Amino acid sequence: MNDQYLHDVIRDAEAAFEASPETRTQTLGRRSFLKLTGLAGGGLALAFYLEGGTQSLAAQASGEFAPNGFIHISPDGSILIYSKNPEIGQGIKTAFPMIIAEELDADWEDVRVEQAPIDQAVYGRQAAGGSRSIPSGWDQMRQAGAVARAMLVAAAAQEWGVPVSECRTEKSTVIHSGSGRRLGYGELANRAAALPVPDPKSLTLKKRADYKLLGTRVTGVDNYKLVTGQPLFGIDQVVPDMLYATYTKCPAPGGRVGQANLDEIRSLPGVKHAFVLQGNGQLAELRPGVAIVATSTWAAISAKGQLRVTWDESEAAKDSWSAAVKRARELAKQSGSEILGETGDTAKAFSSAAKTVEAFYSYPFLSHAPLEPQNCTAWYRDGVMDIWASTQTPQRGLTSIAKMLDIPEDRITIHQTRVGGGFGRRLMNDSMCEAATISKQIGAPVKLQWTREDDMAHDFYRVGGFHSFKGAVDDSGKLSAWEDHFVTFSSDGQKPVTGGNMSATEFPLPLIANFRLTQTLLPLLTPCGPWRAPRSNAVAFAGQCFFHELAVAAGRDHLEFLLEVMGKPRWLDPGSSRALNTGRAADVIRLAAEKAGWGKSLPEGRGLGLAFYFSHAGHFAEIAEVSVEDNKKLTVHKVTVAADVGPIVNLSGAENQCQGAVIDGFSTMLGLELSIENGRVQESNFDQYPLLQLAHAPEVEVHFIQSDFPPTGLGEPALPPAAPAICNAIFAASGHRVRELPLSREGFSV
Amino acid sequence: MPTLRLSVNGQEHSVEEVDPLTPLLWVLRDSLGLSGTKFGCGGGFCGACTVHLDGSPVRSCSILATSAVGRKITTIEGLAGDDGTLHPLQEAWIEHDVPQCGYCQAGQIMSAAALLESNPVPSDAEIDAAMTGLCRCGTYNRIRQAINSAVQNMGNTSARKEGGA
Repeated sequence: MNDQYLHDVIRDAEAAFEASPETRTQTLGRRSFLKLTGLAGGGLALAFYLEGGTQSLAAQASGEFAPNGFIHISPDGSILIYSKNPEIGQGIKTAFPMIIAEELDADWEDVRVEQAPIDQAVYGRQAAGGSRSIPSGWDQMRQAGAVARAMLVAAAAQEWGVPVSECRTEKSTVIHSGSGRRLGYGELANRAAALPVPDPKSLTLKKRADYKLLGTRVTGVDNYKLVTGQPLFGIDQVVPDMLYATYTKCPAPGGRVGQANLDEIRSLPGVKHAFVLQGNGQLAELRPGVAIVATSTWAAISAKGQLRVTWDESEAAKDSWSAAVKRARELAKQSGSEILGETGDTAKAFSSAAKTVEAFYSYPFLSHAPLEPQNCTAWYRDGVMDIWASTQTPQRGLTSIAKMLDIPEDRITIHQTRVGGGFGRRLMNDSMCEAATISKQIGAPVKLQWTREDDMAHDFYRVGGFHSFKGAVDDSGKLSAWEDHFVTFSSDGQKPVTGGNMSATEFPLPLIANFRLTQTLLPLLTPCGPWRAPRSNAVAFAGQCFFHELAVAAGRDHLEFLLEVMGKPRWLDPGSSRALNTGRAADVIRLAAEKAGWGKSLPEGRGLGLAFYFSHAGHFAEIAEVSVEDNKKLTVHKVTVAADVGPIVNLSGAENQCQGAVIDGFSTMLGLELSIENGRVQESNFDQYPLLQLAHAPEVEVHFIQSDFPPTGLGEPALPPAAPAICNAIFAASGHRVRELPLSREGFSV
Repeated sequence: MPTLRLSVNGQEHSVEEVDPLTPLLWVLRDSLGLSGTKFGCGGGFCGACTVHLDGSPVRSCSILATSAVGRKITTIEGLAGDDGTLHPLQEAWIEHDVPQCGYCQAGQIMSAAALLESNPVPSDAEIDAAMTGLCRCGTYNRIRQAINSAVQNMGNTSARKEGGA
């Protein structure tokens, strides 16, 4: 069940991770801005800029200044900023415009934000995933703002007949320092539009100390619309005369449609069409299934309830989680068949160890369960396809549809909507492919709606996994050896499934003198995919709890033990500013300890737990304060987060991401697991997949060290340390070592 | 199929040919175009579809539209005043920048509004008991802050109970 689409998504994401900041900057030279410029304003504006000097009639008529695809300044002084990437709850629709507005010296009150059209030629890559929007867009957004500002300053200087160097800007106004004369950006828009676009590299960008907007708290640009219930999401989109569809697939991935009671379904009230689609062989695009098209969502859902399908499961998944757990426990007794990395001499270190610890850790499969169930509205007519979708990867969706339905890419428009939760689920565009196919088949606009049960049954799951650890401390109480036999899953017998991969670069392996990482692959056909902080979300739990076990075995304070392993400040990969820096790590660890009161005396049954993790280029230390009662009733009072992700764009949004990630982490570790039997996920809705409620959410206090390193993303890296910090606190409070998630499996409750 | 007469946000609506088993949620969203009320689970577990029925919070995915006939329905679109003045909870949600993805927030606000209607100065425990809607993004810290802030802004500061419950 090799899935090329998913493979491409991951490869794309990884390639962008690996691109150095220098490489990224090089793509943002003068040419790309000229290119952006023209296309942003439409064909006429393109002609104006590329031919140089002659303003287009269209631009003259409107008096608009559109120096690039991101900024439109109107003569009335209003500033429209386009945010290019999908908003999935990570706050990018507010953050990107803030970066532009900072360099533009725009008054935030003048700024209005709209989602940019999906257009690769104008905006480059438009996607949300991998906590990469901020690091990859940082230079591009700053330069977009700086270019526009330079043109406005030049326009004012020309108007006044003074040198540019005598002009400064603040709050959407150019000011002549000598005379105090002022011109608003709106007043300058027309003149600025006639000037050549400067080379962004010729412009000096602001220093952090000069920021006025960045680092402050700005409320989300869509918040008014959200709290008044306006239609922002994919599910809210309406096309005149559209029909409503459901699509039913085999509960075991890989199953095909055998027989279905289509005639009966067609006779039901409101049902217009019922038909079988064979799929295109790609799990992440179009799986085989039965489409029901009706006059309302309820009619379609209601008819789905009457649908009877006999599935052909000859090639379907037969996976069993309980069997995998049993097999992994057997394998734990031996070393893995494949060595992923080793350094030093673990055998020697174990033979001279003062203490040796062995432990088996496991974690389950998870669903993404975004609160907006998968859905998509598609409208095919006269060879043209329009798509309205809550997607993280609109451009990939466009490519899929073009190929699958043989429609030229320039006849397809993706209308990006706000996304009701991504978490990695919407890197895949399966609902988009289904809706497009159905619309093309019936020749009418259609809104496809998945039920919650569809969403949980047809996810690309966070893969479960197992770690059989053996570690040692020497006579001086130092960590001296670490072995991890990682038991994971593979669909092709060659490489692990997405999110189930490890390497010798995973924290803390590069910091340990003697380590050995081996791997065993178990077969799996259930589709897996990136789930918020892929790999790290699971490995951090197992590894950082076991790390604490070694500190305890050594009789050492966890904080001191962790700082000792970090050693002297250095980059682990001197060539990359996205690598772990042990100095930055130690700083956040110390800050978390200080803010949480590490070492303070606590009553019986209450304890502090610490974990550090490094993922998505973010350095995060978290300390949980937890009470455990005799009946294993658990209270997480507070989690203190200390983070270094470079400069902060929107302080409010940044804190929100950290608070949410920690609560997501606790919600997940507490009670979420999927049991898979006969290829089917058994859980189907939130009664069986109980997300945390407000009553049990810990207070999350967030502290940032704002460094001058290039900024890195915040959607993911605050999550991985939450689970080990809370488990280590449970140990401190109760002496109970959690080695299996979720906590409910070991009898804990809130 | 019957025609339903529904009173939503102070307006009378006539909805034709409604399957009697249709949940209120889908009549609001599909028939009346009030898409602020969200579909999350269809089983009454998540609370994204919370609306007020005669002032009490209900999960509109789990009650029949027919059962709302003759009763006053309020959705998120009708929470602000007729002149557009936001409810103090809506103001507080913006001030505290509560949303992340924002999908659950209409339901959260409607749950909180019903709580404050019946209990203008809720204790932390009463907030815990009333706010059972799920937020997948984990904005619970801010939801609590925003409710407490709205209570203060509604002039109920002096009555605020000390401590917890």
